[in-house]
Amino acid sequence: MAPIAKEDLAELRRYLMRFALLHLRDRSRAEDAVQETLTAALEREDGFSGGSAVRTWLTGILKHKIIDVFRRQRRELATSELADDDAEGRDPDALFDAAGAWQTPPASWGDPAKMLEQKRFMETLEKCNGDLPERLAQVFTLREVTGLTTEEICSELGITPNNCNVMLYRARMGLRECLEKNWMTEGRPS
Amino acid sequence: MISCKEVSRLVSASLDRPLTLRERFWLRLHLWRCRSCGNFAEQMNAMRAAMRRLARSPDDPPDRG
Repeated sequence: MAPIAKEDLAELRRYLMRFALLHLRDRSRAEDAVQETLTAALEREDGFSGGSAVRTWLTGILKHKIIDVFRRQRRELATSELADDDAEGRDPDALFDAAGAWQTPPASWGDPAKMLEQKRFMETLEKCNGDLPERLAQVFTLREVTGLTTEEICSELGITPNNCNVMLYRARMGLRECLEKNWMTEGRPS
Repeated sequence: MISCKEVSRLVSASLDRPLTLRERFWLRLHLWRCRSCGNFAEQMNAMRAAMRRLARSPDDPPDRG
């Protein structure tokens, strides 16, 4: 087993923190998940050596830790009084009139490639992701960051495929609204 | 013609599964005429690309409470 260099470990830790934070959206919860991941890795005699595969391997362990946290949160949400209140966010139907036309027709955000280079856009996106209702954020981040299929998300979190699709739609509409409000208006003065 | 609301659902679905031939036809037909939904579809793709980039971003994330 080749010992892993200290700098590499710091770099790995930083990567795992970003990954965990995007899903769990809370620094201390993310730190716990990363710590558990690294500990689990160190306790396995065969696995923890340097090389390009180590990050993928650690991300795989972290993914399971994140899903464990999500399941716990879902159980807590199910028993909490707040469960029904804000669980699913704003109804996207409100964005359309009775005939199904946009109340506010989407305007172009400009060149997508340039947008990704814009620090303010990325910061606003992360903040908006942090503001998504818990259950929507779970499904959304597992789909968009981890890249699980909807079938995988359904079986991991115990939800129906239809519910999963509805939640992904709501998350995307909510995130878009949040970006419109916080990035378009402030980021691009009229 | 399908409505903008239905189009928004199809665009979201297209990020998660292959659309059926029928769905693709109605979606294309609508997008051909409707600039607003074209903008929406572009925004959905940009959001996906941006979420993936966030996970790879080399900067330390800002601390939160």
